[in-house]
Amino acid sequence: MSAPQVGSMPDISYNFAYLDEQTKRMIRRAILKAIAIPGYQVPFAAREMPMPYGWGTGGVQVTAAVLGPDDVLKVIDQGADDTTNAVAIRGFFEKTAKVATTTSTTEASIIQTRHRIPETRLRDDQILVYQVPIPEPLRFLEPRETETRQLHALSEYGLMHVKLYEDIARHGHIATTYAYPVEVAGRYVMDPSPIPKFDNPKMDDCPALQLFGAGREKRIYAIPPHTTVRSLDFEDHPFRVQRFARPCALCGATGVYLDEVLLDDRGGRMFVCSDTDYCTTRQEEGHRGEMSPPARDAQEDAA
Amino acid sequence: MSARVADLPLLVAEGLSKDYGARIGCRDVSLKIFPGEVLAVVGESGSGKSTLLGLLSTELAPDAGRVRYRLRDGRLADLAGLGAAEKRLLMRTDWGFVRQNAADGLRMTVSAGGNVGERLMAVGWRNYARIRAEATDWLGRVEIAADRIDDDPRAFSGGMRQRLQIARNLVTRPRLVFMDEPTGGLDVSVQARLLDLIRSLVAELGLAVVIVTHDLAVARLLSHRMVVMRHGRVIETGLTDQVLDDPREPYTQLLVSSVLAA
Repeated sequence: MSAPQVGSMPDISYNFAYLDEQTKRMIRRAILKAIAIPGYQVPFAAREMPMPYGWGTGGVQVTAAVLGPDDVLKVIDQGADDTTNAVAIRGFFEKTAKVATTTSTTEASIIQTRHRIPETRLRDDQILVYQVPIPEPLRFLEPRETETRQLHALSEYGLMHVKLYEDIARHGHIATTYAYPVEVAGRYVMDPSPIPKFDNPKMDDCPALQLFGAGREKRIYAIPPHTTVRSLDFEDHPFRVQRFARPCALCGATGVYLDEVLLDDRGGRMFVCSDTDYCTTRQEEGHRGEMSPPARDAQEDAA
Repeated sequence: MSARVADLPLLVAEGLSKDYGARIGCRDVSLKIFPGEVLAVVGESGSGKSTLLGLLSTELAPDAGRVRYRLRDGRLADLAGLGAAEKRLLMRTDWGFVRQNAADGLRMTVSAGGNVGERLMAVGWRNYARIRAEATDWLGRVEIAADRIDDDPRAFSGGMRQRLQIARNLVTRPRLVFMDEPTGGLDVSVQARLLDLIRSLVAELGLAVVIVTHDLAVARLLSHRMVVMRHGRVIETGLTDQVLDDPREPYTQLLVSSVLAA
């Protein structure tokens, strides 16, 4: 174990990335098993973390176990780098592992995420770590864990289609828009965590390693690089992603996932990229949307 | 039934025993069920009827004895020797189980159509329109109005729930259906309609049925053969009319004479 470095102000030192080495070994074993059996939920002895359940305790433990001193960490929450959860987790690893952090998708080697997959295509030297609230896709259909494990073991996934059937019966189309169930490598059905189904196609044949950590539920699962990931559907109601009527109001991007932002109490609204890094990068490259601020020289002219 | 006498048995149970600690569940029960035959298991509460049903359907493991079942390929297979996957496939395709309490046999939070369609999806149906058409057809057969297809069973009466359970079980055309007091807790007019329905479906589909009941009237209406149980043992067996009209065992005589005449 590395020698504690006593800081100047709070007289506290942490083991690298907060967790002790034995715990990280235990988590790495679970991760290796998860990679060996794509989509299978591997139980692990999740630790108490200095944050409440639901704030990403699973993702943080997975990140801590795969993080090295040379890694560059990016954390996103709902696509954004500047939300509380993202800032707090980034700060956590800056403090406990002294690793470099970034908001840029291309510069990061490890990206911990909640609710989104970045718009920029990931590379084979990157790891995407998901925070998972409920890893069991069958949970709300079959509450008994003993039974759902049987169903996974025997790949009896008729029940999953019952959920989609119910959607169509009630809404006329598959109304599940997030945590949309996928079949991994033709075998296990998996909950991709609450990402919008818009992001489901990005998991298929992704060059990056994808790891999923559920802290409260004590489960880890994985999609190895270049694995087939198929969203479940019906022949006559095929899987479709959300479509947006207009481009991003700030960077003009199309074919990306947009957030709706209310502007006033009179129905004013705008649609902007949910991936803040993607949007900022595009704006820096000179792309503009319908609500972009006037260009700098124009502003100066007006003044 | 004379045409079927030569048929090979569908299910053969030999020497089934099951104890619950010091208490007897079921002792040395042997019986055969033939295709298209309805077998009633009668006896008072605690006589081992439900234990026997559990053993036959492999929900319970016997302490002694075995159950063999004729698979669709004609092989008579020992059910204890089947793998978990094979057994479950059998249960959701070749078998049905109608329970006394509909909430145990249905998914109460899933619509009627979803309940009926579940088995179809479990065997690989992936076309919504076809699943829905089949579910609608089966709801019609069990006399549930087509406009109730998207209601969930919590909104159904007791009789409707039982009929829905029957549709859910029969949709994959099973060959053997287990029924545990299917008319229990229903009022008599609803019971009568349900019995009519079961009788016509059994005849139409050529189902073999093992029905557990304490109601001798139900046994008389539905079954061809009857098994009387007491203290976990089979004490009398025979054709239903024969057993009910001319019971040999004192206990069966008591049982038959205890029925209230309307």
